[in-house]
Amino acid sequence: MLYLIEQCLNGIQLGMLLFLLAAGLTLIFGIMDLVNLAHGSLYMLGAYFAATFITLTDSFLAGLGLGLVATLVAGMFMEVIAIRPLYGRDHLDHVLGTFGLLIFFNELVRLIWGPEGRTISLPPEMLTAVQVVPGIYYPLYRLIIILATLSVAALLYILVMRTRVGMLIRAGASNREMVGALGVNIKLLYTLVFGLGAALAGFAGMMQAPISFVQIGMGENILILAFVVIIIGGIGSIRGAFVAAVIVGLIDTMGRAFLPDAVRLFLSYSAGSSLGPALSSMLIYALMAGVLIFRPEGLFPAVGK
Amino acid sequence: MNKIVKRCLLAGCAVAAFAAVVAAPTVAQQKTIKIGFVSTFSGPVAAIGNDMRNSFELALDHHGRKIGGLPVEVIYEDDQIKPEVGVQKTQKLIESDKVDFLVGYIWSNVMLASLKPIVDSKTFTVITNAGASQLSGELCSPYVFSTSWNNDQTPQAIGLYMNQKNVKKVFLIGPNYAAGKDMLEGVAATFKGEIIGRELTAWPNQLDFSAELSKARAAKPDAIFAFYPGGAGIQFITQYAQSGLKGQIPLYTAFTIDSLSLPRLKDLAIGIPGAQHWVRDLPNDANKKYVADFRAKHKNDPSFYGSQTYDAVPLLDSAVKAVKGDLSNKDGMRRAAEKADFKSVRGNFKFGPNHMPIQNFYLQDTVKEGEEYRLKTVATITENDQDKHWQKCKMPN
Repeated sequence: MLYLIEQCLNGIQLGMLLFLLAAGLTLIFGIMDLVNLAHGSLYMLGAYFAATFITLTDSFLAGLGLGLVATLVAGMFMEVIAIRPLYGRDHLDHVLGTFGLLIFFNELVRLIWGPEGRTISLPPEMLTAVQVVPGIYYPLYRLIIILATLSVAALLYILVMRTRVGMLIRAGASNREMVGALGVNIKLLYTLVFGLGAALAGFAGMMQAPISFVQIGMGENILILAFVVIIIGGIGSIRGAFVAAVIVGLIDTMGRAFLPDAVRLFLSYSAGSSLGPALSSMLIYALMAGVLIFRPEGLFPAVGK
Repeated sequence: MNKIVKRCLLAGCAVAAFAAVVAAPTVAQQKTIKIGFVSTFSGPVAAIGNDMRNSFELALDHHGRKIGGLPVEVIYEDDQIKPEVGVQKTQKLIESDKVDFLVGYIWSNVMLASLKPIVDSKTFTVITNAGASQLSGELCSPYVFSTSWNNDQTPQAIGLYMNQKNVKKVFLIGPNYAAGKDMLEGVAATFKGEIIGRELTAWPNQLDFSAELSKARAAKPDAIFAFYPGGAGIQFITQYAQSGLKGQIPLYTAFTIDSLSLPRLKDLAIGIPGAQHWVRDLPNDANKKYVADFRAKHKNDPSFYGSQTYDAVPLLDSAVKAVKGDLSNKDGMRRAAEKADFKSVRGNFKFGPNHMPIQNFYLQDTVKEGEEYRLKTVATITENDQDKHWQKCKMPN
C-alpha cells in the first residue's frame, strides 16, 4: 500500500511536468490556433538558460529566476519574428515552419553551448528524502516540483478566469475578429500568450534538468507526450490539460512499476523484463486512441469554440 | 569570352593531371595508414568519445604519430549512440574512405549493427569498448580484436565481491539494450544470493528512474546493483542520493562511476564500489606514463574508455611492424596481434582464442585527494579472467 502511494507520487510528479508543457501548448493551440512543434525547443532553452545563470550567479534560485525571464523574452522575440507570419495559415504551414524552428534552435544551442550538454546540480540541502506520511520517504526535490507546479496551475487559473487579461484571452479564443474590432490590441495579446507558454515550457525544462540532463533535443520526446496530453484533455482547455497530464503521468509510471511483474505472471521472467517496459510505453497511446474514438473533442473540451 | 574560360579550364586540368602523374610515385613510397575511428562525439555521452579520442591521439604522439613506422591519418566519425548511424558511418569509412583499420565503438548495440560490413570487408578492427557477448561467442571474427572485455566479466567480478560482503538479496537495475542485459546476466552468473528484482529501463531516453528506485526500496534488498554508462550514470547516482536510499541500501556498480562522471558526482560517488579491469593508479610503467602525460595535457584523469583506446595503438603498431608495413598481409597482422606483444596500460595480458583479453579485474573506490575526486584500486577480485563465451566462437584458422 505504501509502495502504491509512493508510485502515485512518482506518477503525479511526471504529470506535473507534462502539465507545464501542455498548458503552454494548449493555450497557443487553443487561442492562437497555432500548431507549435518548436515548443520543446523552449523547454530546452529554459534548461540551458537556467544552467548558465546558475553557474554565473552560483545560486540555484537566482539561476532559475533569471532563466525564466530569459525564456519569456526569447519566446516573445520568437513570436514577433518567426511566428507572426504563420497566423491564419494552414496547419501544414505551421508544422513546416515550427519544425524548421526546432532544427534552428537545436543548431543554435550547439553553436552557443557546444554539443556536450550540461548538468544542473541541486544544492546539497535538496538531496534528501522527506517523510510524507509515516513510512513513505519521498525525494524532497520531486516534492518541490509537485508543489511549485500546483502553485503555477493555481496562478494560471486565476490569471485566465479572474483577470481582465484572462478575459481577453478567453474572448480571443472564442472570436478573435470581434475582440479585435472592439479595439483590443490582439497582436500584443498573442505575443503575451506566446511568451507565457514559452515561460511555462522553460520552467518545465529547468525543473526537470536536475533530475535528468540538459542536452540538445531534450524537448522532443517529451513534446510528443505533451501533445498526447492536450489531445486527451481537449485542445484549448487548461483544466483538461491538468487532468490529462496527471492521468498520463500516473499511467506511464504505474505501467513501468507493475506491468513487468504482470507480464511475468504469464510469460518468463526475462520476457517480463524486456516486454514490460515496451508495453508500458504503449499504454498512453492506447488511451489516446481510445479518447479519439469515443470522445474526439477530448475529455474536457474548451467551451465556446 | 566563353571559349577563353574553357581553354583556361582545360589548361588547368592538364596541369593538374600532369602534376598528379608526377606526384603519384612519391605517394606510393610514403604510404599513409588510414584509420577510421567510430565513437560518440555529440549529446550527453560526447565526453566518452572525446576521452577516447584524446587517449588515442596521446598514444599516437607517444609513437611519434606513426604505426609500424608509417605515418597515420585518423578520420573520426560520430555514431550519435544510434545503431543505424553507426553502421552508416562504418560503411562510409570502409567504402568511400577505404580505411586500413577501424578503431572505437562504445555501444554494444551500435557495434553489433556495424559488425556485418566490418566482417564482410575483412577490415582489420580493434573494438575499444563495446563488449557484447555475441562478439566473444558466435560472431567472433579473425580480423576483429577487442582491447576491452566481455560485458558480463565486470559485473561477474562485482557479483563475487557482493558474496564477500555477505549480500543475500540484491536488486538489479540497468538499461534495456544489448549491454544492459549482458551486465545483469553477469551479476546473476556469480552472485550466490537471491536476485529479488530485475528492472530494465528504456535506453537511451529514460533518464528518470523514480519508479524503479521506489520499486527497489519496496523490495527491501541488502544491496542494489546498477549499470548506467555515461551521463545516465550521473543521473542514476544523483537520483539514488535524492531518494534518500544512500544511507539505507548500499549500491554496487559497473561502468557507472568513472573519471568523467566524478567531477560532477563529487561526494555522491564516495562509498559506492565498482569493478574495472584498469584503474588509473595501476603501478606499471606504461600506465604511469599514460596517466601522467594525459593529466599534463587535459588536467584530469583518463577514463577506462580512454585506457582501452590507448592500447589500440601499440596493438596495431605490433601488428604492422610484424608484416613490415605490408597491410595486405592481414593474416600476418592477425597472428602478430594474437600474441598481444606490447606494453598494455593494464599490465600484460593474453588474448583468448576469440580475440578477447584474458585479464584481471579490480575493485575500485572513490577517494578525495585535495579538491579532486579520483578512483583508487582497492583489491584484485579476479585474476586472468576469461569470458565464458569463448567456446561458442568458431574462429577460422
